[in-house]
Amino acid sequence: MALDLARWQFGITTIYHFLFVPLTIGLSVVVASLQTAWHRTGRTEYLRATRFFGKLFLINFAMGVVTGIVQEFQFGMNWSDYSTFVGDVFGAPLAMEALLAFFLESTFIGLWIFGWDKLPRRVHLACIWAAAIGTNLSAYFILAANAWMRHPVGFEIDPTTGQARLTSIWAVLSNQQAWSTYLHVVAGSFIVAGLFVAAVSAYKLLKNADEREHELFRRTMRVGFVVTLVAGIVVAVSGDHQAKLMARYEPMKLAGAEALWDDEHGAGFSIFAVGDVQDGRNHVNLQVPGVLAFLATGDLNGDVQGINDIQDRLTAEFGPGSYLPNVGLLYWSFRMMMGLGMAGVAIAVVGLWLTRRGRLFPYRWQYRLVVAALPAALLANIFGWLLTEMGRQPWTVVGELLTANSVSPGVSLTEVAISLSAFTLVYAVLAVVELRLLVKYVKAGTATVMPYPEDAPEPERTDERVPAFVY
Amino acid sequence: MDLPLIWFLAIAVLWTGYLVLEGFDFGVGTLLPVLSRDDTDRRVMINSIGPVWDGNEVWLITAVGATFAAFPAWYASMLSGFYLPLLLIVLALIGRGVAFEYRGKGDTERWRANWDKVIVAGSAIPAFLWGLLFANLVRGVAMGPDHVVTTTVFGLFNGYAVLGGLLTLGLFLLHGAVFLALKTDGPVRLRARAFAAWSGLAVLPLLVAFTGWTQARSGEPWTLVPALVSVVALALGAGLVRRGREGWAFSATTVAVAALAVLIFGSLFPDVLPSTTDPAFSLTVDNAASAPYTLTVMSWVAVVFLPLVLGYQAWSYWVFRRRVTRAHLGPVH
Repeated sequence: MALDLARWQFGITTIYHFLFVPLTIGLSVVVASLQTAWHRTGRTEYLRATRFFGKLFLINFAMGVVTGIVQEFQFGMNWSDYSTFVGDVFGAPLAMEALLAFFLESTFIGLWIFGWDKLPRRVHLACIWAAAIGTNLSAYFILAANAWMRHPVGFEIDPTTGQARLTSIWAVLSNQQAWSTYLHVVAGSFIVAGLFVAAVSAYKLLKNADEREHELFRRTMRVGFVVTLVAGIVVAVSGDHQAKLMARYEPMKLAGAEALWDDEHGAGFSIFAVGDVQDGRNHVNLQVPGVLAFLATGDLNGDVQGINDIQDRLTAEFGPGSYLPNVGLLYWSFRMMMGLGMAGVAIAVVGLWLTRRGRLFPYRWQYRLVVAALPAALLANIFGWLLTEMGRQPWTVVGELLTANSVSPGVSLTEVAISLSAFTLVYAVLAVVELRLLVKYVKAGTATVMPYPEDAPEPERTDERVPAFVY
Repeated sequence: MDLPLIWFLAIAVLWTGYLVLEGFDFGVGTLLPVLSRDDTDRRVMINSIGPVWDGNEVWLITAVGATFAAFPAWYASMLSGFYLPLLLIVLALIGRGVAFEYRGKGDTERWRANWDKVIVAGSAIPAFLWGLLFANLVRGVAMGPDHVVTTTVFGLFNGYAVLGGLLTLGLFLLHGAVFLALKTDGPVRLRARAFAAWSGLAVLPLLVAFTGWTQARSGEPWTLVPALVSVVALALGAGLVRRGREGWAFSATTVAVAALAVLIFGSLFPDVLPSTTDPAFSLTVDNAASAPYTLTVMSWVAVVFLPLVLGYQAWSYWVFRRRVTRAHLGPVH
């Protein structure tokens, strides 16, 4: 029971954390790019966009930072047996993340927020880039740690203690699961960030509140579409690579994601299936022939392993027990991830075409669709993580440590229940507050972060000092 | 020197940095209602730590991360053993961090007043609980050969630990007041100065009692030095701030906090988590450490990057070296 609650807490707090992380990753770079554009051209419009999206970025950033603290603590608090087992290997990238990335990110974001009027313009610009680099670097370390759990490399099991022992840090950091996952997750984050910029801009254009902002938001909407399009290409390419790695290192996850029950030569890609976990088969399964085999192996006639056969192999290797993840959940998470993600990118591509050469959307529903693309992209990210993490079950470290043996033996059910309820409650309240603040600042528009000059047209270029953001 | 010892020292340094740095911003947060008369005063106080509190908190993240990497068994037993207090600390840090960022973004008095309460609670609770937990670390916990801590949350609130908690709370209040005297100008500066001078009278007996108790129960001969340094530095700090020597006073309270941390880690060594059940079950620097390879890798990373971090963090303090005043505070953004 304590195990179940600890898993729920990990799921809830991690998914919640990842509602903010993709925006932080992507938007930091978008804001830094907008500020670079202002620095290069001196055009007021870019500064206005930098400050407007910078403010939204900060509202989101705060949530990402504080919900991240929980992650580092809960490995030790709820998963002490896991922590003792993996610490020698897993702790290193975590400590590096703090030392190399978090210090960079948090120090320079402070300098950026409060330093507008205290630093030379060029130095101030460097600060947002340092923060953006820190953010994107932190993602690499944590994903390397996560990739190690799915495909453990560069370690051995200590014969006396029975714990994992690091033998090559390079193997851990250059794990192909690590960089492949990194590309996929970061590109997925840029899709969210791109669609965030596009959705906010579309909303402002839809409301048409301030004439002076019209051209600015038409441009930023296109910026958002371009970011989404480029990131979409990276997501597709890295996703294809991920599928191949999954087939090789985590066949059970792939089989579960496809509801493929038996080993198959030239397996088809399932479009819609109704399965029966008890019987180990599907009642209904609509397939495109050969496509799964191609995704998994690069060959239409390749072999893909099925759930029942993998179960037999794992039983032979690790002893009796069920090695099945939650097949239904994996199957639908996989489809939701791809479906929602592709829909988001498709909206961006069509949007980019429709707004070419200064054009605007002819219909209001098209702006609304762009707004709807944002939650779709966020959900796609979440379903991707559900697939990755739930698909690793019943293992925490594939082939080495079971989730059931990872939990803290000394922590009581009451304690985990208190902690789970406290986080759920606090997080729910904060979600409402954060969303309302974002909406408020979007509605208020750019004038709150940079007032328009009274009784005079705004200068085309801004060269004087800009006031700092202060608390 | 052997690697586990180096990493014990490194972790002690990280915690010391954390307690010194976040110590004053916990103090500033807790003093919010005490040293302010209106919202502008409160904004002066919050903006004095605005650019740096987040960077200060990373010292905690790094200390905990380094413990995970260098002493996995210590990390696992300590974090699961101190479950509920750590849960409170994490919740407090969440609330506080969000409050700093969000308090100025609402329109009503009530919005700001509510976030101010979160800042006060979110600063005072960890200020007390860190002392409580470090005292328990020195004192030891009930722990069998499996290194599972069986001390209950009620057991953590023993006399020695509560004294430790009251001490860190008091010490951070004083440290924070001295910081405000140094970093602000106007009425807040004057009030902070007066508060710091008087609170010294209350904190000094706590410090003497705690360092004396610690020295008596688990000190080494040499730890008498940091114990005395801490007491003297605190007395000096309170005296100097009264005379308006704010820079020196802040150096003195920094030394007082740092020396207390040295005393704590000095008394702890060579254990990292002593067992009160049987000393044979204690986690020590040697039996909790990661293998030499991991420690070597981590050492290189620390040698290269820690000076860099210290450099740019010091630079950020330099950039924001000017006092925050009511007159120069821009509108909320």
